[in-house]
Amino acid sequence: MERAKGRKVVKDKEVGDGDLCWWLVHKGIAASFLCIAVFALLVRVAISLHPYSGAGNPPKYGDFEAQRHWMEITLNLPVKEWYCNSTTNDISYWGLDYPPLTAYQSYFHGLFLRFFHPESVSLFTSRGHESYLGKLLMRWTVLSSDALVFFPAVFYFVLAYHSGRPNGHKTHIAWHIAMILLSPCLMLIDHGHFQYNCISLGLTVGAVAAVLSNKELVACFLFSLALNHKQMTAYFAPAFFSHLLGKSLRHQNPVLEVLKLGLVVLGTFALVWWPYLHSMEAFSRVLSRLAPFERGIYEDYVANFWCTTSVLVKWKRIFTIQSLKLLSLGATVSTCLPSMVQQIWAPSNQGFLYGLLNSAFSFYMFSFQVHEKSILLPLLPASLLALEEPFLLKWITLYALFSMFPLLCRDKLVLPYIAASALFVLIYYVPSGRQDAKETRSFNSFVTTCLVSCSVVLHIVYLTMHPPHRYPFLFDAMIMLLCFSQFMLLAFYTNAKQWMLMKHSVLLDKEKKHH
Amino acid sequence: MADLLWFFAISSCLKLLLIPSYRSTDFEVHRNWLALTHSLPLSQWYFDETSPWTLDYPPLFAYFERFLSIFAYLIDPQIVDLQKGLNYTSNTVIFFQRITVILSDSCLLYGVYRLTKDLDSRKRILIWVLVVWSPMLVIVDHLHFQYNGFLLGVLLISLSFLEQGKDLAGGFFFAVLLCFKHLFAVAAPVYFVYLFRHYCWCGLVKGFRRLSVLGAVVVAVFAVAYGPFIYHGQIQQVLRRMFPFGRGLCHAYWAPNFWVFYIILDKGLAFLLRKLGFAIQTPEASFTGGLVGDSSPFAILPQITPLATFAMVLLSLSPCLIKAWRDPRPGMISRWVTYAYTCGFLFGWHVHEKASLHFVIPLAFVAVQSLENARHYFWLSIVSCYSLFPLLFEAQEYPIKVLLLLLHSIILWLAFSAQFTKGEEAKAAARIKKKDEQLKLKGNSNRADKKEGFVIGGVEKSYLVGLLVVEIWSQFLHPLIFGDKLPFVPLMLISIYCGLGIMYSWIWQLRWIIRSPNL
Repeated sequence: MERAKGRKVVKDKEVGDGDLCWWLVHKGIAASFLCIAVFALLVRVAISLHPYSGAGNPPKYGDFEAQRHWMEITLNLPVKEWYCNSTTNDISYWGLDYPPLTAYQSYFHGLFLRFFHPESVSLFTSRGHESYLGKLLMRWTVLSSDALVFFPAVFYFVLAYHSGRPNGHKTHIAWHIAMILLSPCLMLIDHGHFQYNCISLGLTVGAVAAVLSNKELVACFLFSLALNHKQMTAYFAPAFFSHLLGKSLRHQNPVLEVLKLGLVVLGTFALVWWPYLHSMEAFSRVLSRLAPFERGIYEDYVANFWCTTSVLVKWKRIFTIQSLKLLSLGATVSTCLPSMVQQIWAPSNQGFLYGLLNSAFSFYMFSFQVHEKSILLPLLPASLLALEEPFLLKWITLYALFSMFPLLCRDKLVLPYIAASALFVLIYYVPSGRQDAKETRSFNSFVTTCLVSCSVVLHIVYLTMHPPHRYPFLFDAMIMLLCFSQFMLLAFYTNAKQWMLMKHSVLLDKEKKHH
Repeated sequence: MADLLWFFAISSCLKLLLIPSYRSTDFEVHRNWLALTHSLPLSQWYFDETSPWTLDYPPLFAYFERFLSIFAYLIDPQIVDLQKGLNYTSNTVIFFQRITVILSDSCLLYGVYRLTKDLDSRKRILIWVLVVWSPMLVIVDHLHFQYNGFLLGVLLISLSFLEQGKDLAGGFFFAVLLCFKHLFAVAAPVYFVYLFRHYCWCGLVKGFRRLSVLGAVVVAVFAVAYGPFIYHGQIQQVLRRMFPFGRGLCHAYWAPNFWVFYIILDKGLAFLLRKLGFAIQTPEASFTGGLVGDSSPFAILPQITPLATFAMVLLSLSPCLIKAWRDPRPGMISRWVTYAYTCGFLFGWHVHEKASLHFVIPLAFVAVQSLENARHYFWLSIVSCYSLFPLLFEAQEYPIKVLLLLLHSIILWLAFSAQFTKGEEAKAAARIKKKDEQLKLKGNSNRADKKEGFVIGGVEKSYLVGLLVVEIWSQFLHPLIFGDKLPFVPLMLISIYCGLGIMYSWIWQLRWIIRSPNL
């Protein structure tokens, strides 16, 4: 039996494309992308059948109600009052705290909802609106944003990324597409928990693709839009800044280059913020809504530095919010400095992707007001790097999923959690589709097995057992500790990797000079 | 096998995600059967009328439900409670029943594995993709709720034995299948003729011995299934439950078959004659309520009796039976059985639209054999998948069914065009050439195919575009223009249009069977 199997593998290799998905890649990248995209969309629709955050949980509900409320506000109030506290707009009840692009998006989605189901977005009376049609329409707005923003962006990225590596195996490209589109965390948060991360992340992927295909101005435009959709996208800002700066410095006329990029950024911002630029007061009011420092340095049990170390050091008690702000700013900047320096010094496409990952990691670890869902940001560049770092992607996805497990449990999304992660693992290990040559089997295989079984046990414990009365959040803290340790290790690894890249390229340069 | 499991696991993930989706009354039907078989003695199974959803499947299926009910009882006793369980919709029952369907699909998996074991790796993968990821099975079994995957698995196991030449085992599994669901009996004439000629036709003594062995096996299976009921003297009641002829010619939603045209012709004639001044009485039965009751639903054309449909099915089967008699070849059995189910679907009594699964799934094994078959299958599977759309009428499932069909069409297109260009190209082209000389048929279109491999013909393409038009009309334009008026028109349109397609497929299959050369 074993031998027969071995022979089959050998034969398949001779055929070249005798693997399971040979039919998928036959017509080229576009066709396989289409097929995978439809499948990914189907999975998203299936996930959206499940409950959303805060379903049937008055008076505050959850993110679903927040997004719906924003539609209600933007639809019924004039633009200038969107961020103001007034008799018609109670800021304490899910007030808008995302940048204006989110508000515009809410407005357009609100129009869509109003057309089919006016009660779901009527002012005041629709608070806590939950109905079959209302839920469905809301779900469809996320689906359509995913299909219209994230998917095309990924397509653009795949084209840009693989045009630079002509000898890539076709099945590997299909695998790469599937890894990006079927990322379980993003699907669960957007279509299960309910958010619109697909828009900001999609715009970011578009910007990355533009950088890879040397269209810096487009990249600046798209990334500014992403920033204006969700301020959290700033996690990537250091990488974009350093890479584009590094590239500009290598131009004949660096000042002009930087000026051009700056103008595009400023122009985009001005465009988006136009309604709030007429007075300083309006501007600063929106700005203050975007930075909710009063919410504390971390939320729940997020697996970052501040939350994890708070087991030992009670940061919130020792320092005032003001000093915590400075502390976290300092820590964030200093940890993403190495990667920035590397990119300014020697900008490269590969290094840029690692830079994105590193800066997102340092923000996740050290910045102010981080929540569990922020792990989506480091996850994105990791999935873009899937072909380089398959193991990294697997590891970060599994632990990102795990770190969000308590959150998804509260949302009653355990079943989609299991199914989506199983789907990820299955596609990751597609038989004979992708050679796991890069993933060294013997090295740390024992450790990884231990860790995986540890986390599986912890999952089961979390689901079935009650924590002791004295420590009601014992299991959450354990999950947090485990995830934090893994994220820390990965962050060290990727930082080191980014610097090693440079060594490699310097060596190449030297060789060239010698010849 | 590991690779096949991979395909199965991927689809299982999707099926798991679909657990909270819409489920039809069939869900409650099966739950009631669980309760009924669990809490009543065997002698009352076919008499119980606690719920309107009485047991109307053959005994083996009842035993199967009895087996499942053991676990159901362990999980939540209320599921199997005859009274308290009525219309029970807690999470436990939903998860339990949905997961039993997913697990029972492993029978399909085994059937597919057996049938594809000896094929080359590419064809094998193609079949896996077509069958294991079939959107029709997802719609009928995992959304609408039934156990078709399990039953088709038994059929595939039986076919695989026949193809290997193990006729006795094939006959055994077919008998088992009949005791699970009697609707599969449409293929029994084909089985009978084939087994008689292929297995028993070898000299008088040996032949007679084989015939009696085969007969004994079949009788034994039926005895195990029906024996207890015969013992209780209930066989008439069992049969009455299994064959409710009072239900009428058509199901509530008209399956896209021959009788749709018959009804339409009747309505058209009545309308026309009334215009011409004849006094035509309007039949009592309504359009939307299905044709239930004994009064003739037809205004002009003669009423159709179950016997007439039976004769029609046999008549349409006869070319295939003659072929099977003359030349019983194991290689052709899947095709014949498929054809038999197509006939049953087109001309049968009270056919459900779901019955199109019975021929689409086994046809996948035929489809990979040649370019023409692939082209036919591409077209047929899209049409019959579309004909299932009215099963899921709620808005929540709309994107699911559309995406399922879209994904399936893309996969079919990718898979067939990959299969029939590289390497296979020469073979396929040669085959077409031969056919050209033999049949002098569609010379032009076939010549174009030689260059491009998998291309769909003009008629088929325009038909598929028409499908899109029908869907847009019935989903969007009709409600927009007519509002709530004429609610039956979209459904009627879909069944007429799909009926046309399936008639075409029937003729295509018939032609193929008649023209297949005798060896």
